[in-house]
Amino acid sequence: MSRAAKHLPLILAGSALLLGGCDLGKKVTSQQGYRGTGIQQVVQPSLIPVAAAIPPEPYPASPDEGPRASETYQNVKVLGYASTDDFNRIMLSMNEWIGTGEQGCAYCHNPANMASDEKYTKVVARRMLQMTQNINNNWTQHVHATGVTCWTCHRGNAVPVYNWNKGPLPGDPMKLAGNKHGKDTPLAVVAYSDLPNKPFDTYLNTNPAVIRVAANSPYPGPKDTQPIDAARGTYGLMMHMSSALGVNCTYCHNTQSFRQWSISRPQRANAWYGIRMVRDINVNYIGGLANVFPAYRKGPQGDPNKANCGTCHQAQSKPMGGYPMLSLYPVLKGPRSGQKIAQPTLLTPAAPNGEDMSGPGQQIAAR
Amino acid sequence: MAAYQNIFTQVQLRAAPEMGPPLPWADSARDFKPWYSDLMGAIGNAQIGPFYLGTLGIASLFCGLIAFEIIGLNMLASVNWSWVQFVRQLPWLALEPPAPQYGISILPPLAQGGWWLMAGFFLTTSIILWWVRSYNRARALGIGTHTTWAFASAIWLYLVLGFIRPLLMGSWSEAVPFGVFPHLDWTAAFSIRYGNLFYNPFHCLSIVFLYGSTLLFAMHGATIMAVGRYGGERELEHIVDRGTAAERAGLFWRWTMGFNATYESVHRWAWWFAVLTTLTGGIGILLTGTVVDNWYLWAVDHHYATIYPDTGVVDPALLPGAPK
Repeated sequence: MSRAAKHLPLILAGSALLLGGCDLGKKVTSQQGYRGTGIQQVVQPSLIPVAAAIPPEPYPASPDEGPRASETYQNVKVLGYASTDDFNRIMLSMNEWIGTGEQGCAYCHNPANMASDEKYTKVVARRMLQMTQNINNNWTQHVHATGVTCWTCHRGNAVPVYNWNKGPLPGDPMKLAGNKHGKDTPLAVVAYSDLPNKPFDTYLNTNPAVIRVAANSPYPGPKDTQPIDAARGTYGLMMHMSSALGVNCTYCHNTQSFRQWSISRPQRANAWYGIRMVRDINVNYIGGLANVFPAYRKGPQGDPNKANCGTCHQAQSKPMGGYPMLSLYPVLKGPRSGQKIAQPTLLTPAAPNGEDMSGPGQQIAAR
Repeated sequence: MAAYQNIFTQVQLRAAPEMGPPLPWADSARDFKPWYSDLMGAIGNAQIGPFYLGTLGIASLFCGLIAFEIIGLNMLASVNWSWVQFVRQLPWLALEPPAPQYGISILPPLAQGGWWLMAGFFLTTSIILWWVRSYNRARALGIGTHTTWAFASAIWLYLVLGFIRPLLMGSWSEAVPFGVFPHLDWTAAFSIRYGNLFYNPFHCLSIVFLYGSTLLFAMHGATIMAVGRYGGERELEHIVDRGTAAERAGLFWRWTMGFNATYESVHRWAWWFAVLTTLTGGIGILLTGTVVDNWYLWAVDHHYATIYPDTGVVDPALLPGAPK
């Protein structure tokens, strides 16, 4: 007895170490797929993030009448089809959505000449409005009728909180010191796993790597061979998607076969479009603004802060719990008459300083 | 009264250390003065040592130390030689095999997997030397070489994972990284890449033998403790001269499940289950990527996978006009 008692602290310390990673709160499990497949979500209600309150409308929308914004104001290039009142309502809301604070309209506009494009923020905002139209019109497989507004990502911040850039320049790959080969580091982007930790630049930017790593035939063939290393990369991206949406693997997949579509949940197809949508956003919209943003809005490699799944989702499987905010601001999709707008132009806006804007984004778009 | 009836042995012997039988003339002497450990005595034999090192033992430890140092120093270098970060991040740190573009080149750049190859070489040498040593030690004691061959089965799985399969696949990148979490996530990635190892029949066999080993171990341990009051722990004597403990143990299992292993055969059962765990596991790994590329689809082909109702979801990439 005395011997056992003597070693008790050691036993207790060992147990504490082994159980240290456990979450103690109550869990709620819901079955969401065929019985026996383990397709279920496990959530701990106390850990569900509370999203910021959605700002109310500045004032109710008036009927879609009167002169168009393009007739009332000068240099309105994107929302010209909106009624002057709708246009003003969007402009007013953007103050709150983007969090312009005391600067108000002057955050983007020259108060002496509202039509001027001299501030970079206005050039960016115009492009972001085009992006919003693009998402609401051309990515309905992902955003459906719910759509997006500026608030979906910005939530009252000039730069959405969940963003990414390429980070510091990678070191010399032939050196040992500080060289982790882009893996083996506890970082939030890959849910603190050791997996390759550049999933956004690898999969959500120009020249994206192949995400599908599982073979598509039972037997080895000359085609379709991905190394195990590629599977680790995909795994890293999936860890981001999991934490960005607050879900586990079986929200989309039947783990019997991660690759097989016919046994997956419909959410997987949704996510498939989401991945392409984010690439479109990063390459054709934000990436194209690289020369417009000032240096302090860019990463160390000179690329602007871009989007990933978390930018909109913010740990919810549907951003803002699926609140259909776009229905309050329908001009962010197109004319309220329902008339389709033309595919928003992929031409990048003129840089304030007249720099050449053709970047890699345009080459991708043209391909 | 003190008795052998607890996991913590309550009786510890303190006497002149047991030095073992004389060694053959060609062997070097046993090293280090034996001592007693109270803590070890609680769970096993309190006497520690003497050790037999010998040429092979020293060579094996030396090679093992080199491998350990290569791995450890690479990990330390990867955090810019910071001891604090080394301790904090140790479970995440790794010595990664060469990237896919290096194939099976003999010496890729040191920072790009060259050190991994060297660590693997020295670790393998160390393990094989230790294997030979375990054979020699068993022979020197005049006992069977069962342990040695069981060890060989584990080495088989190790070699398949880190050497034989990468050679067949033509790429070192197929091998396992050294590191705590990295080798675990490698395992998960391996299964995902090759379409779910769950459907690999040899993986199934390996699991059967692994779990079977634990079951047999629990059954055997429980049986021997249960007949302890009849001297049941004197297993070797009961093998040649069956006493009441063996009779009662056998009767217990015949009553409960209609069949009993004998005091001798239960050890063969356990040995084979343990050996077959890594033997079948190694075969399963060897077939993955070389003969079968997607185990789920293979299992569908062979009417072996459960077919669940179609959810109606189609691959969006196959739809007309799908974005790239």
